[in-house]
Amino acid sequence: MTDKKIRVLVAKPGLDGHDRGAKVVARALRDAGMEVIYTGLRQTPEMIAEAALHEDVDVVGLSILSGAHMALAPRILELLKANGQSDVKVFIGGIVPDEDAPRLKEMGITGIYGPGASTEDIVKDIRAAIK
Amino acid sequence: MIFTQPVLEGNRLSISRLLTQVENDSPDGRIALAELFPHTGKAHLIGVTGAPGTGKSSLVNQLTLYYRKQNKKIAIIAVDPSSPFTGGAVLGDRVRMRDLSGDEGVFIRSMASRGSVGGLAQTTASFTQVFDAAGFDIIIIETVGAGQSEVDIARLAHTTIVVEAPGLGDDIQAIKAGILEIADVLVVNKADRPGVENTERALRSTLELAHPTKRVFRHHGQTMSIDAPESDAKIWIPPINKTISTDGKGIPELADSIAKHIAHLRQSGDWALRDRARLGSELDAVLQEELVNRFFERVQKDEYDSVVDKVLNRKISPYEAVKLLLNGNSEQEQ
Repeated sequence: MTDKKIRVLVAKPGLDGHDRGAKVVARALRDAGMEVIYTGLRQTPEMIAEAALHEDVDVVGLSILSGAHMALAPRILELLKANGQSDVKVFIGGIVPDEDAPRLKEMGITGIYGPGASTEDIVKDIRAAIK
Repeated sequence: MIFTQPVLEGNRLSISRLLTQVENDSPDGRIALAELFPHTGKAHLIGVTGAPGTGKSSLVNQLTLYYRKQNKKIAIIAVDPSSPFTGGAVLGDRVRMRDLSGDEGVFIRSMASRGSVGGLAQTTASFTQVFDAAGFDIIIIETVGAGQSEVDIARLAHTTIVVEAPGLGDDIQAIKAGILEIADVLVVNKADRPGVENTERALRSTLELAHPTKRVFRHHGQTMSIDAPESDAKIWIPPINKTISTDGKGIPELADSIAKHIAHLRQSGDWALRDRARLGSELDAVLQEELVNRFFERVQKDEYDSVVDKVLNRKISPYEAVKLLLNGNSEQEQ
């Protein structure tokens, strides 16, 4: 009867307190018909992986503005894998210098979005990644 | 994939995957649910409901912290509304439950209501069965922010907690039918806010109207039936608990009220009655859905559409239309 809904965890790891971007994206994904689990500020990688496990999400969206992406991203990917969720697609939004992007993708990050990215693109990319 | 065995062993990824299957009504999910069903019936189901912003999630957070000290395994099902337009949802209850992360004895699952209007989602009852079979001692179900008629939770939970906060309405709100009637335990949260006495008084006078025989008894400052005379043992009057869920004040007293309610249910035989009512209503819901599905398997699309057209043109009423459809041949009856 019901079609499969895309479930997305929107999380904000690290210590900066700017969650406007995360909220804008959460709202846009909601309007695209997805179920967004919003976890709020200052999440540790362990908290994010645990929430992804409990919620059986298809996608984790990380908002990182603190510059700590090269430390946080691999840790979260590792924990997801340890929990048996290596199929979960991880996206990053925030401030990521261009030179870091290829390395993040190599690690297994599916998409990276900087300031000015369109929410339509994010929705499209998530749909394409889930299929 | 069928997750019956790993769920019985409490494997968290399998529980999570099964919940998704159940939510999407997949065939594998149905098989697992059926296999798990004989293992259910042990958990205590606590419902938490109330208007948006009364502090339900924070209260669940504190209550869970309290129960964890007693080493009980806790599952939390947090329901938030789906958009009626896009079907999307933002599920934000975890934001208030961050104290619980990192504890393997707690499992929090957010749920979108997906078009249900009773305060729960259609598969919330099935979720409780999964957690029950997986060995969780207490399952806390937090409803969507409820207005006045989201009362499905009373049918599902053993103990229903209705959360109020100061400043939400006068005492006429308290005598309307609906959500206050379903309370087994009443909570006035945010008890550090001004107006808490008024809210408490309004609730108390509502209770007195509903239970006039118990009035004398409550004058002793005891709202609850723990000290009740033998003859009154069967009547449960919802106690009113004041809490401040941001700092945990009043939580042990709330847990105490819940414990007394469970004891009352078991003693009075209401536990079995509630179980029967709950499973009966679940059966009804499944039966209805199945009958509707069977009907649509049988009826031709164009036949159905032609009947809808007749209703649209005001030729027949919806009641007559149903008669036509159920009698098989819409032409015959004309």
